[in-house]
Amino acid sequence: MKRRAQTNASRRTPQARRSKQAKVSLPPLWTRKEIRLRVNGVEYTSTVDVRMTLVDFLRHELGLTGTHVGCEHGVCGACTILLDGQAVRSCLLFAVQADGAEITTVEGLGTPERLHPLQEAFRDHHALQCGFCTPGFLMSTLAFLRENPEPSDEQIREVLAGNLCRCTGYQGIIDAVRDAAQRLRSGYGA
Amino acid sequence: MKPAPFQYTAPETVEESLVLLHTFREEGKPLAGGQSLVPLLNMRLARPSVLIDLNRVRELSYIHDEDATVSIGAMTRQRAVELSSLVREKLPLLAEAVRYIGHPQIRNRGTVGGSLAHADPAAELPVVTLVLGAQLVVRGLEGTRVLRPEEFFVSFLQTALAPEELLVEVRFPVHRTYGTAFLEVARRHGDYALVGVAAMVQMDGERCTEARLGFTGVGPVPVRLPEAEEAATGRPLDDSTLGEIARIVAARLDPHSDIHASATYRKEVAGILAGRALRLAAERFKQREGA
Repeated sequence: MKRRAQTNASRRTPQARRSKQAKVSLPPLWTRKEIRLRVNGVEYTSTVDVRMTLVDFLRHELGLTGTHVGCEHGVCGACTILLDGQAVRSCLLFAVQADGAEITTVEGLGTPERLHPLQEAFRDHHALQCGFCTPGFLMSTLAFLRENPEPSDEQIREVLAGNLCRCTGYQGIIDAVRDAAQRLRSGYGA
Repeated sequence: MKPAPFQYTAPETVEESLVLLHTFREEGKPLAGGQSLVPLLNMRLARPSVLIDLNRVRELSYIHDEDATVSIGAMTRQRAVELSSLVREKLPLLAEAVRYIGHPQIRNRGTVGGSLAHADPAAELPVVTLVLGAQLVVRGLEGTRVLRPEEFFVSFLQTALAPEELLVEVRFPVHRTYGTAFLEVARRHGDYALVGVAAMVQMDGERCTEARLGFTGVGPVPVRLPEAEEAATGRPLDDSTLGEIARIVAARLDPHSDIHASATYRKEVAGILAGRALRLAAERFKQREGA
C-alpha cells in the first residue's frame, strides 16, 4: 500500500502547508514497500512491511535460517551478514533499507560437501560447540580477513569482541581465525 | 515484528529531509546509522509515527579538507572516519577515539552525526568535539545554526536540536601544534566507556604550556575540567603534577554508580586516565616536534 505524504493532510501542521516546502515534493510514506535485492548471488523481489528487520526477512521470507537472531539490539553479533561486502548487524537494519543491496549470508560461504576454508578451520579447531553464534563469527571473520589477510592476535581479538560465544571460551575461535588467515593466504580451497 | 508500526520514508536530499522533519515534527524521527535508534525501536522504547531514513541522502556523506578545518558530513560512517588518512593526519584525536566506538560491525553503519545527535553520555565523539572545539552545523527550514559542543549537548540523550532541525555537519579545527591522546576503560573493547579521557597539550621542553582535558561517561554530558587543565599548565607533567591533577579530577567529577562500576571507582579511574592521557599526548607532541 502506497501512501503519499501530500495526501496525508491530517498529519500536516498549518505552517507546513504554507510557503517554502511547496517547492519540494515530499518522498512517499510507506507501510509496505517492494524491494529488490541480491542474496548470495540470487535476485529477489519482495513486498515487505517496513518495520520488518532484515534478519527476519532473510529467515522468514527467504527461508535462509542460517543467520541467527540473538539479542536483537546489536550486542551479540549472531545476525552478522555482509551488506555490500561490509559486516553489519542484520537485526539493526530494516529489510526496506536493503533495497538494491548485495547481501551475503552464511549460506553463501560453503556447502556441507564443500566447506569454505574458514568453516574448515572452525571445524578443525573446535571453534564451535552449540553453533548458535557461529554464522555471525564466520561472517565477521570473512569481512575482517578480506581487509586484513595477515592479522595479529590482538587484531583478531579486537574484531571478535563484536561477537558473543557462550560455549567455547573463544580460544578455539582465535586459533581458527589465525589458521583460516593462513589457509586463505595460501589459496587453499579458495 | 519487533518495532511498533511506523510509516517509512527515504528522502534523497537535505532539503527533502528538512521538509519531512518540519512536517512531522515530534512524530517524525530521523534514522541515521540506526545502531542506537533501531535497538530502541526493537525494544519499543521509541515509537515514532514516521521514520525518516537519511541513508539515501548522499550529500551528507563526506570528509572535506579545508586546510585549517576538516568538515565531516553528518551521515559519514564512523568506519570511513577510522580509515581516512586525512583524519589520521589532521585529526589524530578523532582517529584514535573512533576506534573505541562499538565494533567494526557497528562502525560500518554508525554515523558521525547519528552518534552526536543521540548524545549518549558514555559516547566517544561528543567529548572529542568538546576538546577540539568543533562546530556543529544544524539546519532547519528557517535557516542554519552553528553551535559549540557546550551549547549542543544539553543532558542525558538531549541536545539543542529542535524536532524540525537536522545536524548536517561537524567542523573540526585542525590543531597542528598539539599532541593529543584518547584513552578509555571499558569492561571489554567496544563496550560503553566506564570513563573516557581526551587530552590535548602543547609543551615547551618538559614544561606543559597548554592543556585541555575532556571526560566522557562521568556525567550527563561530556565535560572539560578547567581547574585540572590549569594545574597542568606551566609545569612539567611529572608524578607530583599528575597526582595533583588526579586529586582535582576525583574531587570535581560527579559520576554515577551502575552495574558496571561505582562512582568512586569511576573517579579513581578518571584521575589515573587523565594523567596517562596527558603523558601520552606530551610524548606525541615531542615526537611531532622532533620529526
